[in-house]
Amino acid sequence: MSGLVLVVTEQRGGAWNRMSWETLAAGQQIAAALGATVQAAVAGQGTGALASELAQQNVTKVWNVTHDLLQTYTADGLTAAVEQLIRTANPTLVLFPHTYQVRDFAPKLATRFGQVLVSDVTGFRAEDNTPVFIRQLFQGKLNADVQLSGPGPYFASIQAGAFRADSLQQGSAAVENFSPELNASAIRQTPHEPFRESARAVDLTAADIIVSVGRGIREKENIPIVEELAKALGGELAASRPICDSGWLPMERQVGSSGQTVSPKVYLAIGISGAIQHLVGMKGAKTIIAINKDANAPIFEVADYGIVGDLFEVVPALVEEVKKARG
Amino acid sequence: MKIVVAIKQVPVRDSQLRVDAGGRWIQEADLSFEINEPDAYALEEALQLKEKHGGEVVAICAGPARASQTIREALAKGADRALHVEEENLSALDTLGIAKLLAKALESEKPDLILTGLQSDDLGYGQTGVVLAELLGLPHGTIIMQVEKKDSSIQVKRELEDGWFQQVEMPLPAVLTIQSGINKLRYATLMGIKKAKSKEIKRLTASDLGGAAPAVAAIQRVYLPLRSKQTQILEGTAKEAAAKLVEKLKFEVRVL
Repeated sequence: MSGLVLVVTEQRGGAWNRMSWETLAAGQQIAAALGATVQAAVAGQGTGALASELAQQNVTKVWNVTHDLLQTYTADGLTAAVEQLIRTANPTLVLFPHTYQVRDFAPKLATRFGQVLVSDVTGFRAEDNTPVFIRQLFQGKLNADVQLSGPGPYFASIQAGAFRADSLQQGSAAVENFSPELNASAIRQTPHEPFRESARAVDLTAADIIVSVGRGIREKENIPIVEELAKALGGELAASRPICDSGWLPMERQVGSSGQTVSPKVYLAIGISGAIQHLVGMKGAKTIIAINKDANAPIFEVADYGIVGDLFEVVPALVEEVKKARG
Repeated sequence: MKIVVAIKQVPVRDSQLRVDAGGRWIQEADLSFEINEPDAYALEEALQLKEKHGGEVVAICAGPARASQTIREALAKGADRALHVEEENLSALDTLGIAKLLAKALESEKPDLILTGLQSDDLGYGQTGVVLAELLGLPHGTIIMQVEKKDSSIQVKRELEDGWFQQVEMPLPAVLTIQSGINKLRYATLMGIKKAKSKEIKRLTASDLGGAAPAVAAIQRVYLPLRSKQTQILEGTAKEAAAKLVEKLKFEVRVL
């Protein structure tokens, strides 16, 4: 596949989703491996400044896709706009950042081309000039190589943190405005303003030490075991999503893609298997410590120190040792 | 309101997974299976909507013969009847292939609302619901945390990243993908289990539905991920490992 890699970036209200840059870096690397060129697109309304920013990267063209009906995101509106762009630009591969918005519209878009979006891609390799995508299965327990066949265009979304934005190559490109034909009556979703539930009483991002608990704790009554450790270490108590879903800890203590993103000095993951939705929220921690009974849990892929064992034995022992060390 | 819930059967969450001899999937022989967790929440949401607004809940599941166990459990929880798209070799199909079979099977059902989990715990593509909506020409919403029915429309609460949410309205019929934690799951009652035995499960094969489309996206190889970090595993009894960790916290990480 020589051809063209089209990177569709994401913005909201004129502010970038920073995963756009990682995806553009992925696009540059994949294009280099395939001998393809890269174009970038930004869609919205009043996105001229963002398009100019994209044009300073090493791409051959920037598409500034604008329409009044793109001011607020809707799946129907953005799908129609990007579909028209693809039919004009004629790429061989279309890349997106794997965001909640992309999960909302890109599968629909790929379906229009008789294709499957290869979602949440962590890597790639070129084989006979076509890309083979690497993605996770079973919540990160296994990897799979996924091969696409047929005429394309192919569609893939890139996982947060899989490619580094600082590897982006700079350049200079022309911006081309693209005005899709959109019809208000064909947009069936009516979105309201985004909101947050309440002001966050707990700011986990300020904590140096975070002790985080997952499914391994089994029941609500066991939470104090881990809370005790957080206290002994002088850290904040946090949790993975299922714990907050079950109401065992308040939502404001959730770390992960739908909760807070933290980068403390030390992050202790206790009974957390390490699904990607959790990892994206904490893999920036300076030191990661995992305590889990499953030696194959994906959390050990990012941990600096690990204890493979029963948390109900290890955590109380740890509390005792920490107290001893503190004197 | 007629509500269809698309459910999937997946290996139980704590399964020890091994790659099979062909290297393209896992050994399934010694695994136990259960309903995909987000689908369990979708089913619960459907049952609660039925309790509030009346109507019918129809479960649909594409899967091999073993999936009938999961379908039976959905009926025991309160689904009125079920469609089983019975297909032994699901891994030869991709998301689009599966969604096409589901769409075809639902053609004559004409539901007001289709719910499914936001993603599966096995493949995790997270798009069957969205693709199904496109194939059926219906509007959709994803990662839904609340569903409120109005006259001929629904208002849903979409989860966005980083603790943000958004209310979105759309006309019915529609397809929603449901986030785990939207509601509190119920257990099947003894009465429910008894009743489920007499509820209808309609079996359809791929050929009944016009045949399966060849996969566009195929798994070439499945393997254990390479570790990006060299994890120091602290060995010993719980007490010994804890003592070693405290040493690390004190002298290497320097937080004690």
